[in-house]
Amino acid sequence: MINVKRRTLLTRTAGLATAAFFGQQSAFASVDEVTAAIDAFTKGVTPDSGVITLTTPEIAENGNSVPIAVSVDSPMTEDDHVVSVMLLAEDNPNPEIATFHFTPHSGQASASTRMRLAQTQNVVAVAKMSSGAFHSASNNIKVTIGGCGG
Amino acid sequence: MASKPRIKVPKKAAVGDIITIKSLISHKMESGQRKDKEGNVIPRKIINAFSCEFNGKPVFSCDLDPAISANPYFEFKALVSEAGTFKFSWTDDDGEVIEATKDIAVA
Repeated sequence: MINVKRRTLLTRTAGLATAAFFGQQSAFASVDEVTAAIDAFTKGVTPDSGVITLTTPEIAENGNSVPIAVSVDSPMTEDDHVVSVMLLAEDNPNPEIATFHFTPHSGQASASTRMRLAQTQNVVAVAKMSSGAFHSASNNIKVTIGGCGG
Repeated sequence: MASKPRIKVPKKAAVGDIITIKSLISHKMESGQRKDKEGNVIPRKIINAFSCEFNGKPVFSCDLDPAISANPYFEFKALVSEAGTFKFSWTDDDGEVIEATKDIAVA
């Protein structure tokens, strides 16, 4: 019983400390901003789930460099390929991480990079297909030390 | 300052192979969120675009935002249709463009 309470207290205190620390600096991206960014990318089309494989660590010890890999199932032909994939971090100061652009010469719509994450949050990938369809996927990443500098 | 990029492309491949390309460039990727000792915001200075072409045809490109880590690293795929040259370019916020090329032969 005591242990459970202790854990809860620790989590809450940590959360408060993080909020206080970042609160002084700048407002974090709100859910609206993320939705707006997705809408701007999809031009209002609601993305389907599936097709995308988003690979991220479950726990990132250092928010300054978090590996992220995204791959989209597609034949990658002239008629049917992935045009671009947008990556968004819901709780970063700016939600945009990067946008990958693919062509049929890519052979496979798969890419990886390293990103900065300010805190524990969800990362969303939205893929635009040449057919005009959109797909999305999201992963939760626990961040031990935020990567936004002081 | 940005220095010479490091790129890994196989020396040769068969026609129709999908190869993996890795690239890394040294760059601070100053996010524009950090402050110096006096509390002034350090202005943003990042690589904002990366692209890879094969014999003049686009293969992969990326728009970067400040959420990309320092020393931006990319790993991506390319379809080998013929022997030729991969051309890579990184564009800095200040307009500087860093370019590099790598050749590939077909086996």
